Amino acid sequence: MTPNLSDLYRQVILDHSQHPRNFGSLDGAVAVALKNPACGDEVTLFLDVADGVIQRAAFEGHGCSISMASASMLTELILRRPLEEALHLNREFRRLLQTGQADDPDALGDLEVLVGVKQFPARIKCALLSWNALEQAIEGIDGTGGNPP
Amino acid sequence: MSDFPLLEREMNGKPLIYLDNAATTQKPLAVLQSMEQYYRTHNANVHRGVYQIAAEATDLYEAARGKAAAFLQAKGAENIVFTRGTTDGINLVAQGYLASRLQPGDRILLTVAEHHSNLVPWQRVAKQRGAVLRFLPLRPDGTLDLDVAAREITPRTKLIAVAHISNVLGTIHPIRALADLAHAAGAAVVVDAAQSVPHMPVDVQALDCDFLAFSGHKAYGPTGIGILYGKKDLLAQTEPVQYGGEMIDSVELYDSTWKPAPWKFEAGTPPIAEAVGLGAALDFLTELGMDTVHERVQDVTRYAYEKLTQLAGVTLYGPGLNQTRGGLISFNVGSVHPHDVATVLDACGVAVRAGHHCTQPLMRWLGVHATVRASFGVYNTRDDVDVLVQGIQRVQEVFLP
Ligand SMILES: Cc1ncc(COP(=O)(O)O)c(C=O)c1O
Repeated sequence: MTPNLSDLYRQVILDHSQHPRNFGSLDGAVAVALKNPACGDEVTLFLDVADGVIQRAAFEGHGCSISMASASMLTELILRRPLEEALHLNREFRRLLQTGQADDPDALGDLEVLVGVKQFPARIKCALLSWNALEQAIEGIDGTGGNPP
Repeated sequence: MSDFPLLEREMNGKPLIYLDNAATTQKPLAVLQSMEQYYRTHNANVHRGVYQIAAEATDLYEAARGKAAAFLQAKGAENIVFTRGTTDGINLVAQGYLASRLQPGDRILLTVAEHHSNLVPWQRVAKQRGAVLRFLPLRPDGTLDLDVAAREITPRTKLIAVAHISNVLGTIHPIRALADLAHAAGAAVVVDAAQSVPHMPVDVQALDCDFLAFSGHKAYGPTGIGILYGKKDLLAQTEPVQYGGEMIDSVELYDSTWKPAPWKFEAGTPPIAEAVGLGAALDFLTELGMDTVHERVQDVTRYAYEKLTQLAGVTLYGPGLNQTRGGLISFNVGSVHPHDVATVLDACGVAVRAGHHCTQPLMRWLGVHATVRASFGVYNTRDDVDVLVQGIQRVQEVFLP
């Protein structure tokens, strides 16, 4: 099958990559910086967590439209969610990219448009960069459900 | 050109336009057939058997060495070491030649544009020996200023390592002039010829370089094989970095002696079929004529440079058309990320590279995170460039409507 460019570069994706939401750093937040050494994309994800709930989320970095749009949408989606819910969304998003179908598609909101990435296997790692940072950030959060000291 | 089977295929439903020749080239039928022929009729280990096919395999392997010597205009086959590729050759010079003669405070001179494989091995040996890396600056167009180089070369400079052609900027560096400066100061010159040997005539004696490395797979040959050229006395002074069978002369329980160069550098069973394939690739290039290869690649590159300059919003890096440049062009399309450009081009059937091209310091010097790179080979035509240009226009439609 010929992969379809307009499936990949949907307007929402271009919009998020050109005008990323929650772009910047957060003082006092958990920060996880990840890099894709093969292509040089870099994302630092900032999570401010209290009582097991994500209070604020932001990111910084540079990369292709897919990695930037994915990070931008991620920060919007996980805001004010409990950590377990963020992890659930993380699993759903990965399932969407692997199989083309999430179990709970409505939960992903705008992120569903990234389903087009499935046709471009070389770009899946771009879409997942900020989500890998999310997983690591949540792993680093202490038992009290707040930012580590 | 009809003798490259892979180029017959499609990519994403479009005829394949392969413009990533600086990463690796496609292989002519003659190379594929030579390797198959070797396995079908001559396969045996080299330098070991007394039986007929072992002698045939050895002859083929050594004949490939002779072809490489002739191709580079070296004095003889004893100047030619088989390696795994450019990276392997440079590591051999760094550890086998340079390490034992570096004193703390000695200098190794590079440029800011080197491929990681002509940078990291020198970082390593400098750290081991307390030596210092120094970097020649480039002019804004990526060319080298020989006056600055002359000032930078001092009696502490032990070695200068520079790409013949930059794999990002396309600059062709004045190796002979650098070698003259280096030799006057007693320094050795190592040429990373990964991008030059495949596409222009290279004469190691005219360049007067001390070592020169290239990769078979970028010169229409197989992966896993490359050549390190070295001057005879310098190869004699170079220590092996791999030890074992094949490379020895006589072995006692507690000590051994080596064969002379180049064989002392080839421990273990070498990539025999790959050497044969490389020999066939060099034959292929010789038959075409390196002047013809160079002209063709130059023609397509100049055409591409002109076409890309005419596209609004496209930024080109490296020397302009007033300089001869290698067969590759790095560029960016407005603020569109190079991966996105490459993905759109991929959908148009055009294979280009996007990223840092193993030159992260150069990307910082250029002030970009990455570039797109189109690199040309003997089979590319002006028509291929036209498809590239249409692809870039498609990029602009998608991202900059
Ligand atoms: C200028 C230059 N030097 C060195 C290399 C490394 O070659 P290889 O990976 O074949 O060792 C390359 C290609 O990747 C190159 O373009």
